[in-house]
Amino acid sequence: MIKAILIFNNHGKPRLIRFYQYFAEDMQQQIIRETFHLVSKRDDNVCNFLEGGSLIGGSDYKLIYRHYATLYFVFCVDSSESELGILDLIQVFVETLDKCFENVCELDLIFHMDKVHYILQEVVMGGMVLETNMNEIVAQVEVQNRMEKSEVSLFLDR
Amino acid sequence: MALKIVKGSIDRMFDKNLQDLVRGIRNHKEDEAKYISTCIDEIKQELKQDNIAVKANAVCKLTYLQMLGYDVSWAAFNIVEVMSSSKFTYKRIGYLAASQCFHESTDVIMLTTNQIRKDLSSPNQYDTGVALTGLSCFVTPDLARDLANDIMTLMSHTKPYIRKKAVLIMYKVFLKYPESLRPAFPRLKEKLEDPDPGVQSAAVNVICELARRNPKNYLSLAPLFFKLMTSSTNNWVLIKIIKLFGALTPLEPRLGKKLIEPLTNLIHSTSAMSLLYECVNTVIAVLISLSSGMPNHSASIQLCVQKLRILIEDSDQNLKYLGLLAMSKILKTHPKSVQSHKDLILQCLDDKDESIRLRALDLLYGMVSKKNLMEIVKKLMLHVDKAEGTTYRDELLTKIIDICSQSNYQYITNFEWYISILVELTRLEGTRHGHLIASQMLDVAIRVRAIRVFAVAQMATLLDNAHLLTGNMQRMGICEVLYAAAWICGEFSEHLENPMQTLEAMLRPKVATLPGHIQAVYVQNAAKLFATVLKNQEGNTDSTAAQETSQLMIDRLPLFVQSANLEVQERASCILQLVKYIQKLQQKDVEVAEEVCALFAGELNPVAPKAQKKVPVPEGLDLDAWINEPPSESESEDEQPKAIFAKEEPKHSRPRHTEVDEKELARRREARKQEQANNPFYIKASPSSQKAYQEAPGVEHIPVVQIDLSVPLKVPDIAVFRPAGLPMSDQYVKLEEERRQKERADKKKKEKKKRKEKRSGRGRKHDSGPESEEDITPAHMVDIVTEEMPENALPSDDDDKDPNDPHKALDIDLDKPLADSEKLPVRAHRAAEAPKSPAEDGEAENAASQEPKKKSSKEKREKKKDKDRDRKKSKEEKKKKKHKHEEKGEDLLGGQADEPVVQSEETNEVAALPTSTSAEVSDLDFWLSNAPVPSNTQEAATVAEAAPVPEAASGTAPDSEPEEPKDTEMEETKSSKHKKKKQKKEKEEKEKKKKKKHHHHHHHSDGGGEESVQNGTVEEEEPLPPMSNYCLLAENSYIKMMMEDADEVYDIQGNLQDGSQVVVSVIFENKCDSFLKSMEFNVLDSLNSKLQRPEGSGPHDGLTVPFQLPPGVSNEARFVFTVQSIVMPQKLKGTLTFIVKNEDSSTHEKLDFKLHFTCTSYLITTPCYSDAFAKLLESGDLKCSSVRLEGVIMPFHHLLARICFHHHFSVVERIDSCASMYSRSIQGHHVCLLVKTSGQTVSIDAKCDEPTLLGNVLDEIKQTFSQC
Repeated sequence: MIKAILIFNNHGKPRLIRFYQYFAEDMQQQIIRETFHLVSKRDDNVCNFLEGGSLIGGSDYKLIYRHYATLYFVFCVDSSESELGILDLIQVFVETLDKCFENVCELDLIFHMDKVHYILQEVVMGGMVLETNMNEIVAQVEVQNRMEKSEVSLFLDR
Repeated sequence: MALKIVKGSIDRMFDKNLQDLVRGIRNHKEDEAKYISTCIDEIKQELKQDNIAVKANAVCKLTYLQMLGYDVSWAAFNIVEVMSSSKFTYKRIGYLAASQCFHESTDVIMLTTNQIRKDLSSPNQYDTGVALTGLSCFVTPDLARDLANDIMTLMSHTKPYIRKKAVLIMYKVFLKYPESLRPAFPRLKEKLEDPDPGVQSAAVNVICELARRNPKNYLSLAPLFFKLMTSSTNNWVLIKIIKLFGALTPLEPRLGKKLIEPLTNLIHSTSAMSLLYECVNTVIAVLISLSSGMPNHSASIQLCVQKLRILIEDSDQNLKYLGLLAMSKILKTHPKSVQSHKDLILQCLDDKDESIRLRALDLLYGMVSKKNLMEIVKKLMLHVDKAEGTTYRDELLTKIIDICSQSNYQYITNFEWYISILVELTRLEGTRHGHLIASQMLDVAIRVRAIRVFAVAQMATLLDNAHLLTGNMQRMGICEVLYAAAWICGEFSEHLENPMQTLEAMLRPKVATLPGHIQAVYVQNAAKLFATVLKNQEGNTDSTAAQETSQLMIDRLPLFVQSANLEVQERASCILQLVKYIQKLQQKDVEVAEEVCALFAGELNPVAPKAQKKVPVPEGLDLDAWINEPPSESESEDEQPKAIFAKEEPKHSRPRHTEVDEKELARRREARKQEQANNPFYIKASPSSQKAYQEAPGVEHIPVVQIDLSVPLKVPDIAVFRPAGLPMSDQYVKLEEERRQKERADKKKKEKKKRKEKRSGRGRKHDSGPESEEDITPAHMVDIVTEEMPENALPSDDDDKDPNDPHKALDIDLDKPLADSEKLPVRAHRAAEAPKSPAEDGEAENAASQEPKKKSSKEKREKKKDKDRDRKKSKEEKKKKKHKHEEKGEDLLGGQADEPVVQSEETNEVAALPTSTSAEVSDLDFWLSNAPVPSNTQEAATVAEAAPVPEAASGTAPDSEPEEPKDTEMEETKSSKHKKKKQKKEKEEKEKKKKKKHHHHHHHSDGGGEESVQNGTVEEEEPLPPMSNYCLLAENSYIKMMMEDADEVYDIQGNLQDGSQVVVSVIFENKCDSFLKSMEFNVLDSLNSKLQRPEGSGPHDGLTVPFQLPPGVSNEARFVFTVQSIVMPQKLKGTLTFIVKNEDSSTHEKLDFKLHFTCTSYLITTPCYSDAFAKLLESGDLKCSSVRLEGVIMPFHHLLARICFHHHFSVVERIDSCASMYSRSIQGHHVCLLVKTSGQTVSIDAKCDEPTLLGNVLDEIKQTFSQC
């Protein structure tokens, strides 16, 4: 199970947070801070697994993260997930973002947090991996975007 | 109205959207909070408007603010409004917001039930999808209960997109509403074989997640997963399955044996590191579960360790990390294989990556031995000095202590060294583990008697230098060590060289700055020291010195009397008065030392950590009852900080003078010994240390240390805080080295002597090679005092289970049939709801018949209560069922599985409906009890009509259950194919079992004295010869092909026109030294039988075998054939082409073979009940035929077993030397046999509705027996 997915930038500003277990808002912020603290002090050439975020999880949980340019993508997972598998999943997610936003950068995530959420929803659902095939994810996202567009134009016509 | 809309649109133009909000926040970096609060005010205004677009926009912005940490729960109702918009765009915004901020205690969630249900059944799959996604994040027990049925229906949706989401969300539903697991499980299991890979993957995901927590309930799925593992090419699915097997193997070692080979093949062949890694992991789990006895066991371990070494040596830090992680698993069971890589692991300690260093530390824990402990700890101490950052240093510290103290200090040969290590560790600044060091000091000092003199000396030094430790006053800081030091010096003060000096150190004014609980110990132990000092001074007949000591106490103690800490204050004032009294006596020249010492006399026994818990509650004592009426709410607020050392506090647990007569004492002692011997949790002294119990009067029951001082306990120089030079522990390392050397030399000498004495040469080996573990004897024969347990300790080990684990509720037996009361609740809802899915129709009917629609919320509430009551009832019933297996008439599970493939939800609904009439019940009962089940329902009906099962039938079947639970499982067998496979496997397992222990008689208590024989399950005295279904297909110098003759045969539709399918398993074994790859399997199709090829390939294309074969490896592949007519045996010619790859060359080779489909291979082992069998014979539709076999000299049960095994029959009934047997073809032909034997002649009378088939089957049976 995936317990949480956090995306924040090099300064610890959250760009997307998705908890699959309830935490109150202040706790969420604290977790983000702690995670950022843990992750940001690591070199880029060390391993991508981290044990011991004290706030989230416990001994069974790991932080698996990747660092892309200005953004950290952090998944908090338990031992039922394959570590390398989750690393691949992060890659799939980022590549999907890249496809959907055409050369994704931090600004895309800042201004379109909702869209990023919709894409993530096609990858992970309720803490479990839903789809790993990028083409399938992109296809589903596009169909839904088209639906949205047709509805908007309908609205404007009226 | 129109105006309003226009106004809304115009307003909207001026509203901020999400992008504007974000931009605004970015432009107001200085006063962000203020800007956001104005934004929230705007949002509140927007939410008040009627226009849904405006509301949705506002909610979208709230979602963003939620991410920034703002609580938006006040808008929950507006979120629900947006969720219920008919527009997808807004709905999606609403559900996203809900998934981000709703949780179980959000009260508006109650209002969403109907909206979500409506969305779930929306004709637009994306509405459904959005609802499922949202629900997965905020599902509550109520929602789960109310929507479980709807979601279950969605698992069979036509769109895979919905199916996979529905399957995934079921896991959340199970967690919140565990009652839904059993009704939903059959369908979930079906999804494992969904045509869509995404759905399949989701189902695997959910079942793996379930099985991980309660693996034993999912063991029966192992064959199915095994099949998936060998057939799937999706690495995600493979990883999940392989991980799952890792959880299952500890429960079933036989599964592990079966897994080793395919896993090893995967390890060799896969290029995906993630898969390789998980395979290695599971192989490790398998090896752990197989304690021993596998011949190629060590080869597998070697393979794993070797692969892991490659990972660890990789430059990729991730692989390095995982390699170490997996290595630590091997370590537990096969430490030897890992220990040879010590160099590599020590190297990892120097890695720049902290995660990797931590992993390496973990490994070190298991790698220490008596021989290398000091060396490893020395290395770790170096790292402690180097380490930056307290977390890693603290981790190092705990690891050092763990490593040293593991298994009762098993590896410590020199405790002086260990104490000095502990003392060195106190130099760490800012550590949080002062407590840990302190408890180690206490433990060692109390339990290792020989070390006390040394420990006391060290502790006295610590107390003297306390100022160096008090820099860190935080709780759990290093000053905790002083607690231990003070206590040890006080308790064992007789060993102190200069007690007066220590006493002074303990009464320094600076002590008052220490935490309260430490001061308290100081005060108490000052009193103990005082007693010792008095004793010494009185002995010297120097009364003034003694009086001076008393004066010192009287001068210093008032400081503590004033302490704010109650404990300190109390003890200090107590002791102060005592000392004053003593002083009075001293002034009268009375000898007081003896009496003062008596205050603290008595030996202290270490108490096991769990001892308190294990004290049995005396009869008639109710610990929950109030002794006095509870006081009103006003509890005292000032909570005392809890003493951390409460459990080790000696004062309370120490029996000073017990006035028990000797007899009683002896009796108790005896009882305790008995108890200890029987109690597995009693911590016994480590077996490796030589025991030398010494009986001492009064304290016999405490194992006492015998000291054999081969090294004088004189310490070179107690200079702990020496700034430069060799740390003290290193000196001990040196000393220890010398000692060992000396010892070795001594030993050699002794042996030489021995050899001289008796020249037989049969004496012990005297190699002067590297010393082995056993050769190192501890410096002093240390016998560690064991910890005490209370008399009559309760032997329980459930101490570490977490009662709050939500997965506990999911520990549900899934193989048991479903009870009527267990079906998912179906709620009625408005029938006028626009378009409906067929599923809903069924549901509506269902609901309508059950409960009237409720109108007011009041009624609703009542309803809910009722439902709850119902649920409770169902739970009770479930419980009852555990005891009485008989009531399994209403098997819904079976009913559902009967449907071959679920096509329309409607039929499924019907199947899921409870069967209430008694006739139906008996139908199912009949079906359950292994009668032949024709695959379509029509036939089922006819058979059922033809065979109304008497009560007796349901009585006989369960009779056997308590004796052999596996039989029950078989009886519950459904016609679904995986079940059948399982059954088959079980059969094989049973046969295996039979081979092992054949003295186990097993009679079914039928009363009539006759033995009703289940499918080869009767165990008789003689073991069955091993049988194999695999026959050689073709072979050349490169490869060997073995075919299992139609391992598994099943029909898909049970429809004659569509033809039937036969699955052939072929084992490919690489016989040469080269790599075999690009294997293609091709068969010349005949008119009747065709190889199933993937879509788009031509009728003559070969099938690629989905694996490659490294040298010496074999693997199994399955091929599906479509067969038209099954009445005649078939032969198919085929070719296998492959590339043999050497280091320098590769050649193309081929191998021809002939596939032989016997008629037998079209038969499926189908259990049948004798009553149904009788009806079948009476029906008169069957044609007769018979055959005689001469010269059969095997026992009758072997003969039957052979027929069962080779020809897929099942025994219906056996009476003496006569048995009836049944089987069914994939196209539904019944085949009945009556086998009789007299002497060496066996006659088989057979009946079948297809004479040609029957003739061929009989010929084949004849053939089988002519061969032997």
